[in-house]
Amino acid sequence: MKGKLALLAVLVVLAFGLSLIAGKSWIPPQIWFSNDPRFAIIVELRLPRAILGLAIGAVLGLSGAVLQGYLRNPLADPAVVGVSSSAALGAVAAIILGIAGNPLVLFACAMLTAGGAMALLAALTWRSPSPVQFILAGTVLASLAGALTAFLISVAPNPYAVAEVIDWLMGALTDRSIEDVRTALPFMALGAILLFLTGPSLDALTLGEAAARSLGVRLGRLQALIVLGTGLTIGASVAVTGVVGFVGLVVPHLLRPIFGHRPAALLLPSALGGAALVLIADSLCRLAPGAGEVRLGVAMALIGAPFFLMLLLKGRTSWN
Amino acid sequence: MELIVDRLEVTLSGRKVLDDVNAILRPGRVTAILGPNGAGKSTLVRAAAALIAPSAGAVRLGDRDVTALDPRERARRIGYLPQDARVHWNIAASDVVALGRAPHRAPFAGPDAKDAAAVARAMAATETSHLAHRPVNELSGGERARVLLARVLAGEPDWLLADEPLAGLDPRHQFDILDRLSDVARQGRGVAIVLHDLLHAGRVADDVLLVKDGVVLASGEAGAVLTPDNLRTAFDIDVSVLRDPEGRLTCLPRGRAALTI
Repeated sequence: MKGKLALLAVLVVLAFGLSLIAGKSWIPPQIWFSNDPRFAIIVELRLPRAILGLAIGAVLGLSGAVLQGYLRNPLADPAVVGVSSSAALGAVAAIILGIAGNPLVLFACAMLTAGGAMALLAALTWRSPSPVQFILAGTVLASLAGALTAFLISVAPNPYAVAEVIDWLMGALTDRSIEDVRTALPFMALGAILLFLTGPSLDALTLGEAAARSLGVRLGRLQALIVLGTGLTIGASVAVTGVVGFVGLVVPHLLRPIFGHRPAALLLPSALGGAALVLIADSLCRLAPGAGEVRLGVAMALIGAPFFLMLLLKGRTSWN
Repeated sequence: MELIVDRLEVTLSGRKVLDDVNAILRPGRVTAILGPNGAGKSTLVRAAAALIAPSAGAVRLGDRDVTALDPRERARRIGYLPQDARVHWNIAASDVVALGRAPHRAPFAGPDAKDAAAVARAMAATETSHLAHRPVNELSGGERARVLLARVLAGEPDWLLADEPLAGLDPRHQFDILDRLSDVARQGRGVAIVLHDLLHAGRVADDVLLVKDGVVLASGEAGAVLTPDNLRTAFDIDVSVLRDPEGRLTCLPRGRAALTI
């Protein structure tokens, strides 16, 4: 197990390196030790991008693993809880209201709506903290946020704002600065700590809610950790990169055959796997032919959907 | 330590499921909780495991209300084997059993030698040691039931509450489970089992708690409770109660009770 984890960590390091090197302009590692002017590209553009990719991938993978464990369903991911779409709603509102010029304002708006949605989720489920209640309330919030976002786009007075919104919604790591990293990272780190704390309770939930409670698990506290943890991590990640799907869904799946099905044993591998996946996908995005880049969110969907279909066809028997 | 059910009343979605239930369950004995479907047997056990809050009265372990105990301490003292035998992730059998040690471990500490020993003992007692590395959902129903029982045993609780642990098992595996539960009682711990099978109840129970429609019809030593009259009132069937050559009770259901006009 330790060996597999070390291998995964090495993969993350390699992917991080790739993310610094790869792009429209390939920058070989040897220039790091010289006075090459291209070094600025690394420090100003690629380093923040790589750090964000690492962080976002890690929290997406981690929250996916936590939610799948909590809901005891391999199809769960952060999107089902409604955090991503709520954070997106706030960001879209900021763009349409024309106050998104300052990235901090956009970030704050996204975090506020994500926080509001999580508070609503907690309020809707605190009476009976059960996974079923949780997923139902999450679905309601996700569709409500989606509807409000569509409403905002449809009434937007300014076509440029609409273009910007759509561009933003697709999710990308392009042109992120070290400022974005500084804003988002503390939220993600705090949220990730909360999510890691759920491990032992998730293991006990393998036996069902009644048995878990009889083993001393406080379902209310567990749910609070999950709501707060996903709110902070996913809210912050959507606030800086837009919506990037499929990572939280696919990564725990990929790793389950390697690290086993025990939910707590999947948390750290999923964080590492998510980081590697996003770093590699983002590096590939830059290699698209033509002047532009493929949006990360689009690339993930393009990789994720067929991949998921493959899992579905292959794993039909093992998901009973 | 005795488990005392004191004027327990449980209301679930506006319906009174248990009404003024009083009983004293004694350690070192097997108590069978019997009654027709919907009598409130499972509810009683769930209330004793503090999974449901009573609307009045209480279940006490010694002199302490079970709902007032710290959840982890309660988990160390009361083990609960739910009716739902699903294991949601296909983890190794030994990992399932190790979950029973959760209330004994600090939240992020790995299992220590004591935990490993308790898991090994529980698996040996349920004859599941050879299944340790098998994915639990690839086991047969009988094997999985024994692994789940080992999970509760691994926690070494003072009280073991089992809700219909025999559901879906063939006779041999039913005996396997019942014999293990009897062993636990012989060690001086408390065992309460929700049962449906009168034959098993007669064979295994030291005490019987007979419930119907949320109230206790009769409780006490098996011989005193398992009478044709009591069983007729509870289940609406005619039962012959015999003693086998070794003196054990045998309740033989005869059929629906004849209509009394």
